[in-house]
Amino acid sequence: MNTAQLRERMQAVEARDLLRHPVVLSLLVLVALFAAGNVAAPGFASFGSLTNVLRIAAFLGVIAAGQTIVILGGGEGIDLSVGKIATFSTVIVAQVSQGQDERLLLAIVTAFAYCGLIGLGNGIGVAYLRIPPLVMTLGMVGVVTGIIRVYSGGQPEGRAPAMLSALVNGTTVGGIRGSVWIWLVVAVFTIWLLRGTTFGRRVYALGANRRAAELSGINLQRNLVLLYVASSLYAALGGMLLLGFAGAASINLADQYQLISIAAVVIGGTTLAGGVGGYLGTAVGAVVLQTMRNLLIVLDIPAAGRQVVNGIILIVLLSLYGRQRRLRQ
Amino acid sequence: MSPEQTPSTLQLVRDARSWLLRGRLPVATAVALLMVTLVANLLIAENFLTAFNIRSIFANVIPLAAVAVGQTVIVLGRGIDLSIGTIATLSSVVTVSLVEPLGLLPAMLVGLGSGAACGLVNGLLVAVVRLQPIVATFATSFVWSGLALYVLPPGTAAAPRMPDVVVQGYRNSILGVPNAAWLLLLIALSWLVLKRTALLRHVYAVGGDEQASYATGVRVVRVQIMTYVVGGTYAAFASFAMLANSGSADALAGGNLTLVSIAALVIGGTRLSGGAGGAGGTIIGGMVLQLLTSLLVALRPPTDIRQLIDGLLVIFALALAGLWSSRRGGR
Repeated sequence: MNTAQLRERMQAVEARDLLRHPVVLSLLVLVALFAAGNVAAPGFASFGSLTNVLRIAAFLGVIAAGQTIVILGGGEGIDLSVGKIATFSTVIVAQVSQGQDERLLLAIVTAFAYCGLIGLGNGIGVAYLRIPPLVMTLGMVGVVTGIIRVYSGGQPEGRAPAMLSALVNGTTVGGIRGSVWIWLVVAVFTIWLLRGTTFGRRVYALGANRRAAELSGINLQRNLVLLYVASSLYAALGGMLLLGFAGAASINLADQYQLISIAAVVIGGTTLAGGVGGYLGTAVGAVVLQTMRNLLIVLDIPAAGRQVVNGIILIVLLSLYGRQRRLRQ
Repeated sequence: MSPEQTPSTLQLVRDARSWLLRGRLPVATAVALLMVTLVANLLIAENFLTAFNIRSIFANVIPLAAVAVGQTVIVLGRGIDLSIGTIATLSSVVTVSLVEPLGLLPAMLVGLGSGAACGLVNGLLVAVVRLQPIVATFATSFVWSGLALYVLPPGTAAAPRMPDVVVQGYRNSILGVPNAAWLLLLIALSWLVLKRTALLRHVYAVGGDEQASYATGVRVVRVQIMTYVVGGTYAAFASFAMLANSGSADALAGGNLTLVSIAALVIGGTRLSGGAGGAGGTIIGGMVLQLLTSLLVALRPPTDIRQLIDGLLVIFALALAGLWSSRRGGR
């Protein structure tokens, strides 16, 4: 085999590997979804429709960023409380701000503080009490539900300050809404956090081989706590954006993100075992899931059928990349 | 006499200690929790020992116990089923809709079949397509609840009901013991039988080490599929109890059984990563959760903080279970 042939082969292999890359795969799925949508409902693949998808996907994208970090950290790490924490954040911001712009900053700080404390609770439960993350964060859902009840008396008051709504819904160049820009900033920050900081390297180290990470001097417990605090802060931010979009809080506004955030992470190519993956995939995963949702709305299927189709598409998406190693390997 | 025939006290203590440490410790924790919640109920709830109260505690715990035993089998095989509550929902709406046209027993058989079929689909997705169990079963939960909505749309006028015989029978007693308590015993017995089958031995093996079991000739794929089928079947049994308890079906009921079933098995000492534990502990864990609920009702806290106390109690129980298992040197 001469050099030219070899180079050709190498390029072919590289191209194939690139096609198998989760981010590329998800992008291809995205294109396919838009194409299919355009056939079913002409105009679905327009630029306006795409920006609309991005605008809503931002909430999932931000919440799923925290989920990505927790899952990357391995040890069966998972955060089922992100949805409820985001809901709590919407309630806090609405109640503290009472819809007034001058109280917005105070409301945001309060929401980050309270939600961060809940993340701290998750982290302590997982790291020090050694409760499996799945049940710890699940138990936390019950606790936060109770806290929201106490905090709001079951009927959250207040609404989104005009400034927050403007920030999230405001139209900028090309009809792109504010939430998309905020998400972009969050995404760049998250990728930097994971790739460019010591914290990020530790997350990957913990996920890849916890024992080795510990032996090389990483404080396991403290870093585990940080993972869950980070996740709760992202969830809080996602909740704030959602409040800006929805206008008013309710006791279950963001609950739906509990499991769909995990789906976004997995579709984006991050393995639930930890250590492999990244935020770019999750972001594309969030867009794919939101596109699917919009498509189902456009297709106007009755509720029962929509749920079934939703589940089936999710399975198809997962089987594209969410698959585990085969046994015979 | 030789020393083997008359074990000294020291030997007995040593045996007891190794028995506890050989994985019995978590179950012992669950039993201790059960005792504590029981005593607390006796002390605080004034009409705890009335026949009505005892009956309703057992009547309410059956759906949870049945689903949690099914979930335990799945978790032992290193899986998890986030759709198990929606399987119970689907099988309950299927059963109740068929009681009128087919009769009770055939309807229940179809209900069982639907539960097993859902489990089969989950099992195929996890074991053959090799999707990660958490997300795969999350996805199928949409399918099952969508199908349930299709079979019995909410707000249907003249929604089908279970025959009164079933509803009455569920609340009655035989030999002074509530029928629901007999059913709980039956669930426990079913586990004891199941535990002695080759399938469950293989489930423990697969849960302990998937690769090693594969290498030693365990049909891992088949075993994993079967755990989900067994889980789905238990979910169908749970759906019968739900139907008997309320008389009618609700296409939205059963959803939160999934998460409670996981809490029950963790409190009962089953390891979430598979291979260790058992449904005996799970049933105790389910009872603990039910008694906590009953305790909370008895305490009559202001309605606003009730949910918070409930959540904190559950975390507390989970933390105790977690602390014990960490004594064994990690999970």
